[in-house]
Amino acid sequence: MDTSVTPAAEENVWGGGNKPLGASYGKLMMWFFIVSDALTFSGFLAAYGFSRFKFIETWPIADEVFTHVPFFHGNYPMYYVAFMTFILIMSSVTMVLAVDAGHHMKKSKVVLYMFLTIIGGAIFVGSQAWEWATFIKGDYGALETRGGRILQFVNADTGERAALGDFAASIPDVRQEHLEQNGVWYYGDDSSLPTYSLNEVVEGFKSNSNILIRTELLTDEQEKTVLTREESLEKIKDARIVVEGANLVRNEYGSRLFADFFFFITGFHGFHVFSGVVINIIIFFNVILGTYERRGHYEMVEKVGLYWHFVDLVWVFVFTFFYLV
Amino acid sequence: MAHEHKLAIFRGRLKFKSNTQKIWGVLIFLTLVTAVEVILGITKPYILTHKYFIGMKLLNWIFIILTLVKAYYIAWDFMHLRDEKSSLRRAIVWTPIFLVCYLIFILLFEADYIYTVYKDGFVKWNF
Repeated sequence: MDTSVTPAAEENVWGGGNKPLGASYGKLMMWFFIVSDALTFSGFLAAYGFSRFKFIETWPIADEVFTHVPFFHGNYPMYYVAFMTFILIMSSVTMVLAVDAGHHMKKSKVVLYMFLTIIGGAIFVGSQAWEWATFIKGDYGALETRGGRILQFVNADTGERAALGDFAASIPDVRQEHLEQNGVWYYGDDSSLPTYSLNEVVEGFKSNSNILIRTELLTDEQEKTVLTREESLEKIKDARIVVEGANLVRNEYGSRLFADFFFFITGFHGFHVFSGVVINIIIFFNVILGTYERRGHYEMVEKVGLYWHFVDLVWVFVFTFFYLV
Repeated sequence: MAHEHKLAIFRGRLKFKSNTQKIWGVLIFLTLVTAVEVILGITKPYILTHKYFIGMKLLNWIFIILTLVKAYYIAWDFMHLRDEKSSLRRAIVWTPIFLVCYLIFILLFEADYIYTVYKDGFVKWNF
């Protein structure tokens, strides 16, 4: 500044090197990124809410969709997701402990806690992959109607869900397999055909009088509507396609949008966790190499820590809106 | 880069001796909240699923409030917002809250409108 009347205090304000928000450039930028990323996730979750409110009476019940726990058979709604949530919160805790150890310049402790954080993140991503695989593979199988709605089956004697395999008839007929030469779609080694043909399911349904149809419509008790046998026989005439598992086009659990949003939102979150693990690994090696010891501070650990906590924060919301509400 | 930490949570009702202790304290609290959520989610108490407040089940309100509580403690204690300057904290927190409330308000009202169109209008979709 050339003017001679500038007081010294103003020199301090505009002379550079001032931190009005009390945070370094890097930390501020990480916060700005987190805010914009939070808005992205909010956009996704709000879009999910939009679709759900639009189909509020037919939306799938999450408790009936995510019922599996690895290595255990049976019906355990939510336990596994709760476990995943706990793992992620736990890895957040080890991350804060790493940041705290960094403030005290304790290199070996930072290494240990960063390592535990990475392990936690890896367990979470692995669990997520398992969850996806289970969801894609499907549970009981269902029929899709002309209008794209899902018909599921219930055993009238027990009130439990009935799998297609429980009652489908075996009818030898020629089924056309989709081949690669007919279109660009790669199915791998598995057959593209569902286990049972529509005819087999319909005939099996007609000959098993104890099987009833369950529609997507929710009753006042927040349970899916189970039709009577007569209604079921009438309803099954609408069926067009056998659906097993879920993908972006069909979904045996109910509304297709549910599967689409599940893949999209948990996928985007899983991608964040994955990149978080990668960034954590990079910083982990930097810590081992002593980069931050030489730099004199562990602010880098704090910055990736912010990102990691953000991933945890997002999961808290995804957990609520996908699995609880 | 505040190295000195504010060690009290619950508006100063619970004070910790060191930052590490506070971290474990917050973990215990978050775990408790998650456990309550899971228990409520599995048992689904009748009274909470049949009482409505502003168009939403009481149970869902509880879930959302508990989620916001968890988010508060993750941001304040894990992300150290408690130790940052209030100007930074406000810039980070209120901007998304304002935008998200606006977005949710608009989208959910629109969705509810479409729901009534599907239900009462001459649109056949459930066949």
